[in-house]
Amino acid sequence: MILTRDLRKSFGPVQALAGLSFAMAEGELAALLGANGAGKSTLLRLISGLSRPSSGSAEVAGFDVRRQPQEVRRRIGVVSHQTFLYEDLSAEENLHFYGRMYSVAGLQERSDELLAMMELWPRRTDLVRTFSRGMQQRLALARAMLHQPTVLLLDEPFTGLDLHAIDLLTSFIEEASAGRVTVLMTLHDPDYALAHSRRLFVLHQGRLVIDQPSEQVRKGDILPFFREK
Amino acid sequence: MKSIKPLYLALAVLTFLLIEGALYMALLQAPTERTMGDVQRIFYFHVPSAWVSFLAFFIVCIASIAFLRTGKAQWDRLAASSAEIGILFITLVLLTGPLWAKPVWNVYWTWDARLTTSLILWLIYIAYMMVRRYTSDPERGAKFAAVFGIIGFLDVPIVYMSIRWWRTLHPAPVIGGGGGLAPEMKQALFFSLFAFTVLYITLLLLSLRIRSVEDKIQALKNKS
Amino acid sequence: MQTLTQFYTILHKDLLQELRSKEIITAMLVFSLTVVVIFNFVFDPGSAEMRTTAPGILWVAFIFAGNLGLSRAFAREQENSMMQGLLLCPVDRSLLFTAKVIGNILFIGLVEIITLPVMIIFFDLAVGRAWPLLLAILFLGTAGFATVGTIFSAISANTRSREVMLPIMLFPVTVPIILAAIKSTSYLLAGRETADIWPWLRLLIGFDVLYFFVCFLLYEYVVEE
Repeated sequence: MILTRDLRKSFGPVQALAGLSFAMAEGELAALLGANGAGKSTLLRLISGLSRPSSGSAEVAGFDVRRQPQEVRRRIGVVSHQTFLYEDLSAEENLHFYGRMYSVAGLQERSDELLAMMELWPRRTDLVRTFSRGMQQRLALARAMLHQPTVLLLDEPFTGLDLHAIDLLTSFIEEASAGRVTVLMTLHDPDYALAHSRRLFVLHQGRLVIDQPSEQVRKGDILPFFREK
Repeated sequence: MKSIKPLYLALAVLTFLLIEGALYMALLQAPTERTMGDVQRIFYFHVPSAWVSFLAFFIVCIASIAFLRTGKAQWDRLAASSAEIGILFITLVLLTGPLWAKPVWNVYWTWDARLTTSLILWLIYIAYMMVRRYTSDPERGAKFAAVFGIIGFLDVPIVYMSIRWWRTLHPAPVIGGGGGLAPEMKQALFFSLFAFTVLYITLLLLSLRIRSVEDKIQALKNKS
Repeated sequence: MQTLTQFYTILHKDLLQELRSKEIITAMLVFSLTVVVIFNFVFDPGSAEMRTTAPGILWVAFIFAGNLGLSRAFAREQENSMMQGLLLCPVDRSLLFTAKVIGNILFIGLVEIITLPVMIIFFDLAVGRAWPLLLAILFLGTAGFATVGTIFSAISANTRSREVMLPIMLFPVTVPIILAAIKSTSYLLAGRETADIWPWLRLLIGFDVLYFFVCFLLYEYVVEE
C-alpha cells in the first residue's frame, strides 16, 4: 500500500531523509519512532504529497506521489496534532466541507455515522471552538476517515489527549487496521508504540535503523536513538 | 590550509586593473562637460551601477526560475548572491544620483520615472532578502524568495512604464542621452560599463564560493 | 463538475466563516474609515485640494485595509493548519488559488462598497452618472491587488513577523496597479472624458491579467513544503 524507493530529502547542507526504502502491506499497523528532527514528519509529508522529494519515489496504492497526486490524495487520510478543523464552523459543517472536497457519496449518512461512532452526535451542531481538545481530535479522526481512505497517516495524534480519548482513538485505529486500512503513525512514546503497533520503524538522522515486527523489539533497542544531538 | 584558487586571484587582479582604467578615463581623460562641469563625471559610475543592478536582478530572476524547476540549492545560492550584489549597486545608483542632481537641477531628488523606479526596485529587493531571512525553513525560504524574485523582476518594466505615464506632464530630464555624447565620453562610459560588469562577475563568483563553503561547513557540523 | 463543486465549497466555507466571526470585514471597515478621518486633518476639509486628492485617499484607505484583511485571512487559515488540510484534499492548486483570490476580492470589495458612500459624503464628491464606471475601476484595482496579495499572504504567513512582511512585499510590487487605479478614479471624479480614462483602464486590465497569470503559475511552489 505504501512503497518508497530510496526516498531522499535534502536541501543544501541539511539532509532530512537519506535514502528510505520500505514497503507496507494492506492492513499493516506500523509505528514510526525517532528523536525530534530524525525525519518522521518529513517522511509523512513526502508520502502525503505536501512536500516533494529531492530524489527517489514514493507510491500509495500503486500511484506515484509526484505524478498522480490527486489519486494519492483521494486514498490517504491524515490526522496530525493539528486538527485542520475550522473553529467557527460546527462539527457537522466541518465534515460536510471536507466531504464535499473529497466528493464523498452519501455524505449526510457517512458524516452521521462517523459522528455517532466518535461519540460526538449530541454536539454535532456546536461550533468546534467550544470543543475540548479530545473532542476536537476525535472529530479530526472522523474527518480523516470520511472518504474511506486506504492509508491512514497519523502524525503524533495523541499529543495533549486525556486517557479516555487515547483509548477511544486506539480502538478506532485498531478497528481501521482490521478493516484493511494501512496505518502509519509517528509517536514519541516507545511504550505505546510497542504495545499497540505490529511493526516498528525507528528513524535516526534520516535513516531507517530499525524495521522489525514490534514483538521482537525491546525497549532497550530503541532508547539510544531517542537522544537528541 | 588551501590558498586562494588562481582563478579568483587572476579575476581579482583583472578587476582591479579595469576599475583603475575606468577611473583614469572617467576622471582624467574624458573632457569636462560644458554646462554641468566636473560633477557630470559621476555619470561614468552612476550609469554602470544602474546597468549592473539590472543585470544582477535579471540573473536573480533566471536563477529563481531554474531553482523552482530543479530544486537544486546551487541555483538558490546564485540568486541570493546576485540579489545581494544588485542591492549594493542599486544603492550606489540611489547615492550617486542625488550627488549629481543637486548641483545640476538644484534638488537632491525629483520623482521622475527613473529615480522612482530605482527606489521601488531597491525596496523590492530589500523585501526579497527579508523574505529569505525571515523564513525558518531554509528550503521554503528559498522557494518564497524565488517566487518573489520572479514577480519582482517582471514588475520592473511595468513600474517604469506606469510611472512614466503618470508623470507625462513633467518632462523627463534627459541626462547625457546617447546621441549628444563626445567620443571620449562614450569611450569612458563603455569602458566603465565593461569594468563594472567584470566587477560584478568577480563579486558574484566570490560570493557564490563563500556560500558553498558555508554550506559545506554546515554539512560537516551536521554530521558530527 | 467536481472542480466546480470544490470551488464553490471553498468559497462558501470562507464566507460562512466570515459571517460567523466578522473579524476580517469589521477590522478592514474600521481601519479604512480611520484612514479617512486621519486624512481629514492633513487637508482643509472642503477645500479644492482635498477634492483633488480624494481619489488617492480613497485608494490608500482601501489598500491599507486590504492588506490588513489579506494578512488576517491567511493567518486564520493556519490556526489549526487548515491550509494543510486543504492541501491534502484532492484539489488542484490553481483552483485553490483562484478560489482564494475570488474570496479576497469579495471581502475587500464588500468593504469598499460600504466605505465608498461614506467617503463620497465626507469629501463631497460628484459621481453623477459615472457609477458603473467607478464600480468597474474599483473592481479592477481590487482584483489586481488581491491577486498579488493572495500569493504574498501565503508567503508572509510562513515567515516570522508576518504582519510586517506582507505590506513590505505587497506595496512596492503593486505600485503599477495602485497608480492606474488612482489615475482612472481621479479622471473619473474630475469629470474627464471616457476617452481619457480608457488608456488607464486598459492598463489596469492588462496588469490584472498578467499578474493573475504569473501568480497562478507560481502558487504551487508557495504552498508546497
